[in-house]
Amino acid sequence: MTKDGKEIAISARDLNKVFNPDTDEEVIALQDINLDVEAGEFISLIGPSGCGKSTLMRLIGDLLQPSSGDLTVNGMAPAAARLARQYGMVFQAATLYEWRSVIRNVELPLEVMGFPKGKRRKQAQAMLDMVELGAFANHQPWQLSGGMQQRVSIARALVFDPAVLLMDEPFGALDEFTRERMNLELLKIWERTGKTIVFVTHSISEAVFLSNRIVVMSPRPGRITEVVRNPLPYPRDFSTRNDPSYHDLVAKVRGLLRDAIGAMSEQA
Amino acid sequence: MSQSNARTKKAAGARFRARLSYYFPTMLIAVAVIALWEAIVLTFDIQQFLLPKPSAIFAEFMRQVELWLAPGERSILFESSGATFWEAFGGFIIGCGGAVLVALITSRWTIVSEATMPFAIAANSVPIIAFAPIMNNWFGITNPASKMAIVSIIVFFPTMINTVRGLTLVDVNELELMRSYAGKPSDILLKLRIPNALPYIFSALRVASALSLIGAVVAEFFGGPRATLGVYITQEASAFDFAKAWTAIMMASIIGIGFYLLVLLAERRFMPWHVSMRGD
Repeated sequence: MTKDGKEIAISARDLNKVFNPDTDEEVIALQDINLDVEAGEFISLIGPSGCGKSTLMRLIGDLLQPSSGDLTVNGMAPAAARLARQYGMVFQAATLYEWRSVIRNVELPLEVMGFPKGKRRKQAQAMLDMVELGAFANHQPWQLSGGMQQRVSIARALVFDPAVLLMDEPFGALDEFTRERMNLELLKIWERTGKTIVFVTHSISEAVFLSNRIVVMSPRPGRITEVVRNPLPYPRDFSTRNDPSYHDLVAKVRGLLRDAIGAMSEQA
Repeated sequence: MSQSNARTKKAAGARFRARLSYYFPTMLIAVAVIALWEAIVLTFDIQQFLLPKPSAIFAEFMRQVELWLAPGERSILFESSGATFWEAFGGFIIGCGGAVLVALITSRWTIVSEATMPFAIAANSVPIIAFAPIMNNWFGITNPASKMAIVSIIVFFPTMINTVRGLTLVDVNELELMRSYAGKPSDILLKLRIPNALPYIFSALRVASALSLIGAVVAEFFGGPRATLGVYITQEASAFDFAKAWTAIMMASIIGIGFYLLVLLAERRFMPWHVSMRGD
């Protein structure tokens, strides 16, 4: 995969998703979504609840099927991309299997994919070292803090070297301080691995701090209001948050979101 | 070296003392209850056929132990205990094993498990023990299979219901992970559904361990070979030899508790990762 930013990793054309079509509970979760994500890009989906940001992520990851429209991931249909093991997924809960030690959780994808035991161990240990949890390999998940568990979950998502990392509010359950530290760690991992990352979040500051572009969405029906390009240079660190253009961007996204929520309350 | 040895010895000693002080109140209550029982029987001069003294029960028990250990003699009490244990254990293995097997098969097809669950839940509220006389007719009153059949039916339904629950109540994200790895159905079953079901299965087995002994003894009340605890209790009670009847009740309790501890041991072996195993 080239890193020149020209190659398209994810492409959505006139994408629609309707839940319970032709019933009283019909919900238009996504309407006419058009979006291109470049290979190696870090893109955030942000918006109020019900705007369809998680649904869009699930469509990309082949956890849901679109009602109409086209969606390709690295030139493949999402189902084909999934079978080609192109997705690493991280959810809000770390969802570690509690019956497995930390390292065996990271080994799980490799186990399913039929890697030999020695190779599994080695690769999992390398991933744990990358998220700086190498010393906790033989701990049980419950012995780790929430932030550490989420780092294990990121290591597990990356261990089989997928092209795309799909993250659904991964730091939403963490306290502000831990979240900011995790944001830095994630950027480091991203810079090192060059993955395409689709990041769903509720947090404006997080979206601005992390991404190349911020996709602002609004609900009923779920749609893209605006895609904000983020010119802040990488590598970003704690001082980035003191940059005036960081604050301008936060203000801009906040304004867009207020419009989105305003449109929603008018309808309600 | 010797210093660290001494330290571990010291730690082990501290652990033992902690354990002792943890169980001490329980033991104290047990001793107090037995002493109170003895005192009440003595002071109110209660007839032995209403309530024998603990000391009388214990004396009868020791007599049976001597008979059991003496060459050429036989202790009906210990023979009965063995027979009833095997009925309960056999029924437990057949019933629980069958239940887990059926749960595994039905949970493979959601439609089948959803169709069978209401039936299983209804069957679970039927007093299965009422079928004991019928099982006696089917298998023969002195055939242990008639008691095993009752025990296995009693333990079958709670075990099956819990196992199906454990196999199907899986976290959505945990399933989605497997989907994202393009896991085969066998991966999902072996690496996710079965480990997820273990706590459910073991909580069912704990209940089943108690149920199996109750089932066996009560089924024997409806008739069985002389050397079984249920028959022993009914016969000695109708012969007004209550100390003997009470020793049989005691043996049934000991077997029941032993059985339960066996399940706990298996639990520790098979799911050391579970919440219930943390702490100490």
